[in-house]
Amino acid sequence: MDALEIARWQFGITTVYHFMMVPLTIGLGLVVAIIQTLWYRTGKPEYLRMTKFWGKLFLINFIMGVATGIVQEFQFGMAWSEYSRFVGDVFGAPLALEALLAFFVESTFLGLWIFGWKQLKRGVHLACLWIAVIGSLFSAYFIIVANSWMQHPVGVEMIDGRPVMTDAWAVFTNNTALVAVPHTLFGALGVAGAFLLGIAWYHLWRRRHDGIDTVGADGRIIPGEAPAVPGRDKADYTVWMRSLRIGAVVAMISFGGTALTGDLQGKLMFEQQPMKMAAAEAACHDGTGFSVLSVGNLGGKNCDDIVAVIEVPGILSYLAKGDFITEVKGVNSLLSEYQEKYGTHLPDNPLYGDRAGKEIQYVPVMEVTYWGFRMMIGFGGIAAFAALLALWVTRKGVLPQSRWLMRLAVFGILAPFGANSAGWIFTEMGRQPFVVAPNPDPSGIDQVFMFTAAAVSPGVSAAELLTSLVVLTAIYAVLLVVEVRLLVKYVRGGVASAMPELAHAAKDSRSKDDGGTPPSAGSGDDVLAFAY
Amino acid sequence: METLPTIWFIAIAVLWTGYLFLEGFDLGVGMLMKLFARNDTERRVLLNTIGPVWDGNEVWLLTAAGATFAAFPLWYASLFSALYLPLLLVLVALIFRAVAFEYRGKVDSERWRTRWDWAIALGSFFAAFGVGAALALTTTGLPLDANGDRDGGPFAWFNGYAVLGGFAVVLFALVHALAFLALKSDGEVRHRARRAFVRWVPFAVLPMLAWSVAVQLQAGKPWTWALAAVAVLAAAAAWRLASIGGEGRPFMALAVFIAASAASIFGAAYPVVLPSTIDPAFNLTVANASSSDYTLGLMSIVAAFGLPLVIAYQAWTYWVFRRRVSVDHIPAAHGFLPAIASKVLAGGAGDGAAHGKAGH
Ligand code: HDD
Ligand code: HEM
Ligand code: HEM
Repeated sequence: MDALEIARWQFGITTVYHFMMVPLTIGLGLVVAIIQTLWYRTGKPEYLRMTKFWGKLFLINFIMGVATGIVQEFQFGMAWSEYSRFVGDVFGAPLALEALLAFFVESTFLGLWIFGWKQLKRGVHLACLWIAVIGSLFSAYFIIVANSWMQHPVGVEMIDGRPVMTDAWAVFTNNTALVAVPHTLFGALGVAGAFLLGIAWYHLWRRRHDGIDTVGADGRIIPGEAPAVPGRDKADYTVWMRSLRIGAVVAMISFGGTALTGDLQGKLMFEQQPMKMAAAEAACHDGTGFSVLSVGNLGGKNCDDIVAVIEVPGILSYLAKGDFITEVKGVNSLLSEYQEKYGTHLPDNPLYGDRAGKEIQYVPVMEVTYWGFRMMIGFGGIAAFAALLALWVTRKGVLPQSRWLMRLAVFGILAPFGANSAGWIFTEMGRQPFVVAPNPDPSGIDQVFMFTAAAVSPGVSAAELLTSLVVLTAIYAVLLVVEVRLLVKYVRGGVASAMPELAHAAKDSRSKDDGGTPPSAGSGDDVLAFAY
Repeated sequence: METLPTIWFIAIAVLWTGYLFLEGFDLGVGMLMKLFARNDTERRVLLNTIGPVWDGNEVWLLTAAGATFAAFPLWYASLFSALYLPLLLVLVALIFRAVAFEYRGKVDSERWRTRWDWAIALGSFFAAFGVGAALALTTTGLPLDANGDRDGGPFAWFNGYAVLGGFAVVLFALVHALAFLALKSDGEVRHRARRAFVRWVPFAVLPMLAWSVAVQLQAGKPWTWALAAVAVLAAAAAWRLASIGGEGRPFMALAVFIAASAASIFGAAYPVVLPSTIDPAFNLTVANASSSDYTLGLMSIVAAFGLPLVIAYQAWTYWVFRRRVSVDHIPAAHGFLPAIASKVLAGGAGDGAAHGKAGH
């Protein structure tokens, strides 16, 4: 493999990994902030428990986002120095602003939230979480502004062979970003929704399985308690049922939101990156319809052996233009347009190394774009449908005792993660062979583009890149195992794992056997509640 | 005169100084986990002195890197790609360190904690060393060709300056952390930290001063020599003030030391941001590596509001957590069992079930 190939794998792996943590951080952060607000308003103990429990899981995940985010920040310069030189004037600004205006806010106020349970007034403490969460929304905005500029360059002029920013407003209100930001945020909510739903389902199932909760004659649940088990009192039931409902609603809102905004993205994509649109549909000939299933050699050099098995006329046209009659251009005719506009072979420029003069592959890897697009929508849809079912099934507060269903709910947590990764992989690989895709808008800056083949660091050897690829991938794999195991451990511990005082209460009640003491809001007067 | 690029050169120097000052002590505290703390409770005292603030401190590094990208893309691209392997080491170090802070206390087992303690200590060491080496090299030069790419193999950057800069930051971080602990902890830890500070500070500042002098000899100006002298005085003052029992003042003197050292180094290097050791014609300078005035102007406006705000709320954080941490504050570690009735009942309802060593 040459340096370019390795650098691309590395960027893909590290970014997809980073983006497994990020949506959970954004989505769960928002949900915890809302729950803590409910606690602040109502003072009900179950909201405090929910804040502590989900907050603990949030932090276990957050730190991985931080650790992997630093790699992203450095990687542009390390592995993509030519890219950084080319785009620095425009692309650097949102990254710098993300750090200055978002990361500082997030990390500082989260520190205050984690350690400030006792030091800060309740209202101030809650405000700290909200500020941190809003910081994470801003960080998503800035990074997507940067990414959207790669998808659709605006606000620049070419000067001495480099794009120079001339209109910051255009860059920061790039229409690509304005629809991608809400789409991504709704996608993040989906992750949080399924996370709450799956874990709450597990605990409700556990309570019934252990014989704690029983079903009355009217078919409604009768919450019970197990004094011997830390935290398993009656309030515990409310914690999980409420979490389940919140999770299910959030998951459904998420899908609705992604569908609405995704529709807008499709329309922009049709204008801005028609090849990506065609590749998303494996549409070879002009006027192909939306296919639910296409078979044949999607990855082949030409389109001849692709067969759309189930084709729905009109939908693709609707996705692209909002009507049912537009002929969406196929790969074949786009190919010649691209070749005419941007050349058939990579320029003979030393920047391209031994890739100079090679033929340019304008058609992205179609298996990836086609299936990536469908997996994104499919996984999201499955999660939303499952959420709806879960709400229906548990409307009387009773959960089926099926172990199998419980497992399904827990594994369902992965679906929105899959949707998010698939969406990004589709977006980024559909942009190939460009790292900065040309903006075909007739008003002018069509010449601002960059081939991925020119973007990699010329001075860095394949061996160095391979070293980092192996090292980072290995570390990420190990840390993923560690993170998941910690999450599982804390999940299985229930609320008491995040509130040791509940464990004390259980212990006391077991020795006194008085049926359990009411949960207290906190114990002791140490300065270090919730600390290391 | 390149006004905006010069302002941004200063801004980036300030960001790096802020980073060295703030993360300096938490990197140092990380290393002291293995060098200074005597038992687990003491280690937790150390951790909790920096607990609420270390992540915020680390963002100074991200901002310094991001600002370099935005203001001097050519500098960012050349420096980061030329130092590929050392920066990889920094990344690995920072990854482990960050994760270790958060995960160390999450399982109640000796082995688990020991492992993460090593991750914190080694992570802090390599991060400090790598950042120091990178900063030293950007002031003393790398073998860069006309395009700004490294000539020579993956280790072409390695030289005495890299080692000097690495030790400069590591040793500074160590004594800075001792001064910080004297200020932030109480009891045994506080007194030991103060004594150790007095003992080590005269040696620990030497590599930083040597680095400064090396850059002065290369391109010093009278005012940067003067700053180097200020750094020497500040170091002496820190030592003296600590000897007579101060805690706040030596810490502030050390702040003056790092600010004066960094200013003397960056000031002497100006207007070159990254010299080429192959041919001075290939030097990256404030003029030829910067972004357009439009971009710099935009960033200036945002930074003029943003940076003071950051400083204000970070200062507030330090004020909120101003109380000293001592061994008495550390609550007992606790493990827990899965909230599963059958297991707890079967395992016997003893105290150990709910409260013992369940975290394996
Ligand atoms: C839970 C996650 C999720 C769900 C359910 C959906 N998406 Fe999505 N989608 C994403 C998560 C996502 C993403 C990972 O967040 C992407 C990657 C880049 C981006 O901006 O968002 C994305 C990108 C993305 C793009 C590419 C934009 C581009 O390349 O510029 C399009 C056209 C759509 N989506 C359209 C849809 C439609 C029509 C959906 C119908 C329901 C949909 N998405 C559901
Ligand atoms: C601002 C955000 C982002 C920027 C600036 C960015 C930039 C880049 C760059 C420079 C590359 C390497 C060149 C290439 O092969 O195309 C790349 C590739 C890639 N990125 Fe992104 N990316 C961003 C967000 C994401 C996210 C969030 C994901 C996924 C979760 C992602 C997934 C990928 C993948 C899978 C590749 C490999 C594509 C390939 O090799 O063909 N990116 N991106
Ligand atoms: C490829 C480009 C990316 C870069 C350079 C990048 C950089 C970073 C960095 C340095 C951090 C650590 C911040 C800290 O120390 O507190 C981080 C965390 C974060 N990033 Fe990324 N990131 C990228 C992609 C993305 C994308 C596409 C999103 C959002 C849609 C995103 C959203 C976040 C959020 C919300 C956090 C804070 C929460 C967390 O740490 O989990 N990032 N990122």
